[in-house]
Amino acid sequence: MTEPAGVIHDIGYQRYQGERLGRRYVVSSLWTHSLRTAYGFGRTAKAKIFPWLVAGLILSVAVVGVVIRAVTGEVAISYLALPEGIYPLLILFAAVVAPELVSRELRTGVLSLYFSRPLSQTEYALAKLAALVAALWLLLAGPLLLLFLGGVFSVDGWSAVWDEIGDFVPGLLHAGIHALLIGSIALLIASLIGRRAVAAGAIVAAFLMTTPVVVVLSEVGGDTGSQLAGLFSPSTIGFGVRDWLFGTDGEESMIGDYGPVYGLVTLALVGACVGLLVLRYRRMRA
Amino acid sequence: MCGVAPGAYGVRVSLIETEALTMRYGGRVTALDGLTVTVEPGIIGLVGANGAGKSTMLKILLGLLRPTSGKARVLGLDPVTQAAQVRARVGYMPEHDCLPPDLIAAELVTHLARISGLPRTAARERASEALRHVGLYEERYRQVGGYSTGMKQRVKLAQALVHDPDLLLLDEPTNGLDPAGRDAMLELIERIGKEFGISIVVCSHLLGEVERICDTLVAIDAGKLLRADRISSMTAATGVLVVEVDEGIDELTRALAELSPRRDGASLLVPVTGDQTYDQVLRAVAELDLPLHRLDQRHHRVADLFAGEVSA
Repeated sequence: MTEPAGVIHDIGYQRYQGERLGRRYVVSSLWTHSLRTAYGFGRTAKAKIFPWLVAGLILSVAVVGVVIRAVTGEVAISYLALPEGIYPLLILFAAVVAPELVSRELRTGVLSLYFSRPLSQTEYALAKLAALVAALWLLLAGPLLLLFLGGVFSVDGWSAVWDEIGDFVPGLLHAGIHALLIGSIALLIASLIGRRAVAAGAIVAAFLMTTPVVVVLSEVGGDTGSQLAGLFSPSTIGFGVRDWLFGTDGEESMIGDYGPVYGLVTLALVGACVGLLVLRYRRMRA
Repeated sequence: MCGVAPGAYGVRVSLIETEALTMRYGGRVTALDGLTVTVEPGIIGLVGANGAGKSTMLKILLGLLRPTSGKARVLGLDPVTQAAQVRARVGYMPEHDCLPPDLIAAELVTHLARISGLPRTAARERASEALRHVGLYEERYRQVGGYSTGMKQRVKLAQALVHDPDLLLLDEPTNGLDPAGRDAMLELIERIGKEFGISIVVCSHLLGEVERICDTLVAIDAGKLLRADRISSMTAATGVLVVEVDEGIDELTRALAELSPRRDGASLLVPVTGDQTYDQVLRAVAELDLPLHRLDQRHHRVADLFAGEVSA
């Protein structure tokens, strides 16, 4: 049969001859996708509302800090103090985003599509964790950058700029410690609960329930007791490490000489959460 | 690269080989029981009742499950020790729902292509292509949650196809589809196998469905191999003539005794051993002067062959 001229032919199936990239690319693809998911990119407008509302609130706090400094010349919000002031927002963000990243995928069955590809369970878990930690860090790093830019423009001379940088970098590291602590705990909890709302509630509870413990222990524990009380809540652990690593700028520290203990507990807690998270996914299909 | 993986010195490697493959869950439930089978490239139907071990077999082939004992090779690779290499070259369509409803189909398939190792641009292009091949080109920018069951099945097939695998493993691809949807899905699978040159293993509990499109059938029951063969050789070896006469069937049975006929109600089933079987039957009927009512080659259904196997 002859075909008439000018017909558009189906070009048919074409085999893929291009390159296939390795594990690092695969894991970073999942990381990028998850980080975008955290901020609602590539998703509906509705999914963008919450993360950007939180980001906007924290940014507005930073804007207030910049304005006060520009007008009065006084540092109202230091780099190291910012996370403490907006800590509830960080928890809220983690409580919504962590279930978005993992709980949802426990229920939709999409994991079987991931694990039938060159991506191991461990790599999946670590990529998701890295995405949540990065999302939390960016949530702090953006406002910190704003504070920094405001600070640089309100000081005179290069040495003052250098001083500013000297304050800014510890602020970024401090943000990283909190991102790691909150991220690993929140993702572990979310990975165990398939229902997003329940997972979110459990994450908020895990952080809120521990705060009274710290308060009670610091009241009844005497000197040593109050200095170690902070070890019972993720937020105060982070602030303990802050005081230990970056000093308290002349103020009295609530952790006394127990700084290294706070450091070790941070490492142990994050390590335990990551370990359990990896174990949770590795055992999934066995 | 085409369907067959070249081994050392370009020797052809079988598509799938298993050797005494055994899988026990928790030491009690035996899903696969000493399964040994070798299949060559093509469209392979893996049939068996629900719970026969089909899904377990696919998961072992993907390296998702480690067999209790025995060995498996896929495209010449060991799925236990070379899981990543196997998965890079295999596409898998799970039986159950696996699509996140809030994602746009094109986004999802692109993302999964990248997880298979395709660079960003290639992933995007091939995702569009894969969705076009399954007939979802127009709808590809819609959210998966709004799709019908048939469309979801097509997205599942597209994501298995997107990285141009050498082997597709499809677990009950017609699940939940209406008859028209089933036909369309089977047609699509046949096209992928025959026109795209990709080998396919189709799992199904409906033999009649897969026998239409497969060139090889592997039947398993309770984790054991019932039969594995090319469809052509299955039907050729076991032709049967159906003879019906209005009277004198007993005499005819006696006259044809050397052909070992079998009574089936009012008709007589005579195994075909060659072209002369026809003549022998006709001669016997003529000699006995019986009123011949029907004489034809039975339309073979592979199901009959398996039914024989099970009862044997």
